Amino acid sequence: MDLSSISPTLLLASLMVAATPILLAALGELVVERAGVLNLGVEGMMITGAICGFAIAVNTGSPLLGFAAAAVGGALLSLLFALLTQIALANHVASGLALTLFGLGLSALLGQGYVGIKPPPTGKLDIPLLSDIPFFGPVLFSHDIMVYVGLALTLAVWVMLKHTRIGLILRAVGENHDAAHALGYKVVRVRIMAILFGGACAGLGGAYISLIRVPQWTEGMTAGAGWIALALVVFASWKAGRVLLGAYLFGGVTVLQLNLQAAGVALPVEYLSMSPYVITILVLVIMSADRSRAPASLGRTFHASG
Amino acid sequence: MIRLEKRPQPSRLWTYLTPLVAVIATMIAGGALFATLGENPVTAIATIFWEPLFGEFAFYYRPQLLIKGAPLILIAIGLSLGFRAGIWNIGAEGQYIIGALTGAAVGLAFYPLEAWYIFPLMVMAGALGGWAWAMIPALLKVRFGTNEILVSLMLVYVAEQLLASMALGPLRNPDGMGFPGSRNFQQYGSAHNAELIAGTGMHWGVVAAMIAVIFAYVLLNRHILGFHIRLTGQAPKAARFAGVRPARLILFCLGTSGALAGLAGLFEVSGPAGQVSIDFNVGYGFTAIIVAFLGRLHPVGILLAGLLMALTYIGGEIAQSNLGLPAAAIQMFQGMLLFFLLAIDVLTNFRIRRTGREAV
Repeated sequence: MDLSSISPTLLLASLMVAATPILLAALGELVVERAGVLNLGVEGMMITGAICGFAIAVNTGSPLLGFAAAAVGGALLSLLFALLTQIALANHVASGLALTLFGLGLSALLGQGYVGIKPPPTGKLDIPLLSDIPFFGPVLFSHDIMVYVGLALTLAVWVMLKHTRIGLILRAVGENHDAAHALGYKVVRVRIMAILFGGACAGLGGAYISLIRVPQWTEGMTAGAGWIALALVVFASWKAGRVLLGAYLFGGVTVLQLNLQAAGVALPVEYLSMSPYVITILVLVIMSADRSRAPASLGRTFHASG
Repeated sequence: MIRLEKRPQPSRLWTYLTPLVAVIATMIAGGALFATLGENPVTAIATIFWEPLFGEFAFYYRPQLLIKGAPLILIAIGLSLGFRAGIWNIGAEGQYIIGALTGAAVGLAFYPLEAWYIFPLMVMAGALGGWAWAMIPALLKVRFGTNEILVSLMLVYVAEQLLASMALGPLRNPDGMGFPGSRNFQQYGSAHNAELIAGTGMHWGVVAAMIAVIFAYVLLNRHILGFHIRLTGQAPKAARFAGVRPARLILFCLGTSGALAGLAGLFEVSGPAGQVSIDFNVGYGFTAIIVAFLGRLHPVGILLAGLLMALTYIGGEIAQSNLGLPAAAIQMFQGMLLFFLLAIDVLTNFRIRRTGREAV
């Protein structure tokens, strides 16, 4: 075992990369849940995004087009969830599970011809001057564009929820859909938009895994990242800033665990690999003491029966 | 303009009709899917649903129906109890793995002793293992209010890693020349979950599944606990007044479903699978969720749904070898089934009305 081989600079830099997929997915789910919808299909939307993005990026040679396709793919899949829960008034939990099971099958089917292929590389930005600063340069300013998209999105979601009219309507719909309906807001429409946004974000997160983080396609490669994103929303008490914090915390655990594996720590690999999930459970336990911040209408079906 | 109008009472007709319509809709949509994959949709659907039952080699496939159906039914029965009360155990896959591990460990500990009591001990250990694994989300929910959906799911990934470490480590066959995987139970008489009646596929897991169906039916219809479960699902507030203790209900529902999933794992690992290996689990824990819903959370319904789902597994394998249909297509097919079921289910509680003016 040689712990000195772990470089703090690289550790922090790769932490941002490890955190990005769940950050993206969790931000999407945050918006969905603030609108009062509980979509447990994040895992299914992520894996669908992962293969859509991968396939388009490989076929066009453009990672950016891949990411766009991933967002569209994730949103299209989430549309099924929207139809089920908002139009057919199905149970949110069951529909979300259906979405995940369906997404896993769909992605495996779409991904058949893509096993073992390398996607086109996504360039690093290496912002001039800034990336030359010792330590902070490589940690903060020499990543691919999606890392910064994730950060910008965090800011955008925070501003949107807290300081805009759209955010106000969204929260009203999530807190009390009957009151929002009485005020004349289109509850179902707002929720469908939120679900589509969540799907697009989850798709982006999935594509980040298949195009940048891993980069290749294997069946079921998201390996629970979608569920961790869901846990992250609870951890964050439905606040955008804390989603970022949680994602970095989780990214840190993942990266540290991988580094310890590489350094040959005496613990078997399997025990290190399960640590992110165990830590997620522990964090959930600690956070669940405070349930007051959950949107009041979360997971309740809305029907304007008048 | 079409609008939905809430029915005063759920339609009994649609309760029973929904699964049938969902299966037919899935067949049509699945046929379209197979057509886009370049298959003749009619041949593909017939291969999946007809071939295993009445085809040329049906004598070989029919026993598979019980072998594949039993774990699904066993797990789904357990899940349905919780689902009815709004307690969502989504981690049956993990409880299934742990049950297989604890049960197999007990069996392997006795090797090479031959004695009648070994298999019953393994069964108990399997149930206990699954129960204990399910107690983690249950106790965390009761004590801290932690979301059981997320915790039970996280535990699936933990269980998968444990399975890998056991198959490579403590439970590895010492005579296996370094290959991962445990000793084969099919060669260890006292620990083997053998076929009870030759050529039927009937093993102890099937017996357990039948008992579970009967047990669940009696519980839900004749026992106060079953009444509490149903009441909690339908009217949580009324349940409180009726003296339901939510904590006890959570522990009971999660514990029972965990124990049943653990049993399914043990029967699978000691019978059809034969050994603890990294990929002996085939996703029964997740498919059982579909089975539970398709069976309308009713024991008899689950029995039928489990057999139907087993049929798609077997038919899928035939379609895979005969038509070269990808395995993933079947997985998607099963997911689709749940979609259609949930979508059509709206007709149970609502009726469709045409209105002249646009509804708000």
